[in-house]
Amino acid sequence: MDLTSYKDVFVFIEQREGVIQGVSLELLGKARDLANVLGQKVIAVFPGFNISAQSQELIYFGADKVVCIDKPELEYYLTEQYTQAVYQVITEMKPSIVLFGATTIGRDLGPRLSARLETGLTADCTKLEISETNDLMMTRPAFGGNLMATIVCKEHRPQMSTVRPGVMKKMDKDLSRTGEIVDFNPNFNPSKFKVKLIKSVKEEKGKIDITEAKILVSGGRGAGSGGFKKLKELAKVLNAEVSASRAVVDAGLVGHERQVGQTGKTVRPNLYFALGISGAIQHLAGMEESDFIIAINKDKYAPIFQVSDLGIVGDVTKIIPLLTDRLAKEKASRK
Amino acid sequence: MKIVVCIKQVPDTTEIKINPVTGTLIRDGVPSIINPDDKSGLEAALTLKEKHGAHVTVITMGPPQADAVLREAMAMGADDAILLTDRKFAGADTLATSHALAAALSKMEWDLIITGRQAIDGDTAQVGPQIAEHLDIPQVSYVQDIDYNESIFTVKKKTEEGYQVLEAEAPLLVTVLSSANKPRYMSVKGIVNAIDKEVKVSGVADIEAEESKMGLKGSPTKVHKAFSKGVKSAGEQFEVEEEEAVGIIISKLKEKFII
Repeated sequence: MDLTSYKDVFVFIEQREGVIQGVSLELLGKARDLANVLGQKVIAVFPGFNISAQSQELIYFGADKVVCIDKPELEYYLTEQYTQAVYQVITEMKPSIVLFGATTIGRDLGPRLSARLETGLTADCTKLEISETNDLMMTRPAFGGNLMATIVCKEHRPQMSTVRPGVMKKMDKDLSRTGEIVDFNPNFNPSKFKVKLIKSVKEEKGKIDITEAKILVSGGRGAGSGGFKKLKELAKVLNAEVSASRAVVDAGLVGHERQVGQTGKTVRPNLYFALGISGAIQHLAGMEESDFIIAINKDKYAPIFQVSDLGIVGDVTKIIPLLTDRLAKEKASRK
Repeated sequence: MKIVVCIKQVPDTTEIKINPVTGTLIRDGVPSIINPDDKSGLEAALTLKEKHGAHVTVITMGPPQADAVLREAMAMGADDAILLTDRKFAGADTLATSHALAAALSKMEWDLIITGRQAIDGDTAQVGPQIAEHLDIPQVSYVQDIDYNESIFTVKKKTEEGYQVLEAEAPLLVTVLSSANKPRYMSVKGIVNAIDKEVKVSGVADIEAEESKMGLKGSPTKVHKAFSKGVKSAGEQFEVEEEEAVGIIISKLKEKFII
């Protein structure tokens, strides 16, 4: 394999019903950093149907070039249709790096493509850097977040990775940026289209996105089963969202869409309350990048205090109602 | 119907602790289990077997002691088991693993291949889709439910927003979520039978796999380095009466302009 014939940083742009997903813009931001180091271009690969009008948006967020694949076959995500389209772009344009969001779409498409391309794919990277030899260094948690590993893919191209939503930061939208937009026409082989979508159902609870919250009030086992009502009240006065540790989600007290941690979501709010959360490594992996962390826990040796900025040793079920009261009064006095 | 379920023996990562002095993993005494998503995949297969009749084979790749998870699967109700074990498989990344499993699967008959969505020791969710690609069959990942009617599989796939219902004819590969079901326990009769049953052991030569695609040699990704996370320095900690604690929090929130 002639590695030097591969260049540029590609980002798979994920849209759902024509809405570009936040994770794709975050990846454009990261791709911009990587491409600047390499002295190469950021190229957005944008499949979908009736989406071409949005291509310019991707340039504002960091792309130098948008490869738009606007086809009825790509109206909604199906593995084979998308694999064929993106595979043809990759084999024709030979990128050095391809990034995907670690979503149910990116984690379905990425491995299928890696097998078709016979190249490596590193899942759920938390850090991407360029080495002195211009290889991509992909760092990710392993063993449930107990260990970090830096992975390289030196002898194969492209080097591919997925990154979870909320891990990278998108650039500020820059309306002065300019770039090139090209249409790409794949040759589809419909005989391989064997999976049919019968229906897509949206569930109300799926709409909450804790990764977008500025403040999270997060509860663990120590918040007590009755404690979640109190947590919700605190969240309300702070205009915050409620989230939870895995133990609480497994116990059925809170839905999985609100789970923070290795098997849940990665969050980085301005303020994170860890209430009755001991701080298992799996949980820390999902929240330690928060700007400010306030932890309350009975056990003064709980690992959560290793990452908290402000730690209170005490009983969550007693402190929270008091705090909610005081905050409500403060709020009322400012009106 | 013939179903093959791919399972993996993993350390129970919820039991792993870090040595605070050396920063290394403490693996001693950590139990080995069937990966949870795979166990739910097996349960889904056994449910299909009860409803429609099926022959369920479990397959794993791993060291000789991975025999234990195959025995457990047979005690739950799997009909037979295959262990892929060979030093040449060692050090495989997801792509090399998928080549080995696909090579073994290509010598078998199946209508449905089930894998777990991901394994808890790696969380990559890659091997299932990669196997499907090598075998040139369609895949549906993140599966919550599978049903079968007149040679068509109807599959419920979980998404961020809710779920999708998809249909495909056999052959198909699905990757199943641990939330799909509650796996059954081993039955006493099952355990007794599983002890006597034969586990078919295969190496690289038996499955006629291309050696260049196996193990570390066949892995495009390599671990450059592994390390435990540097611990961020802890902030202030207070052990005070509740009223005072609330006061401290409030003044901190004001300082940060949150209220």
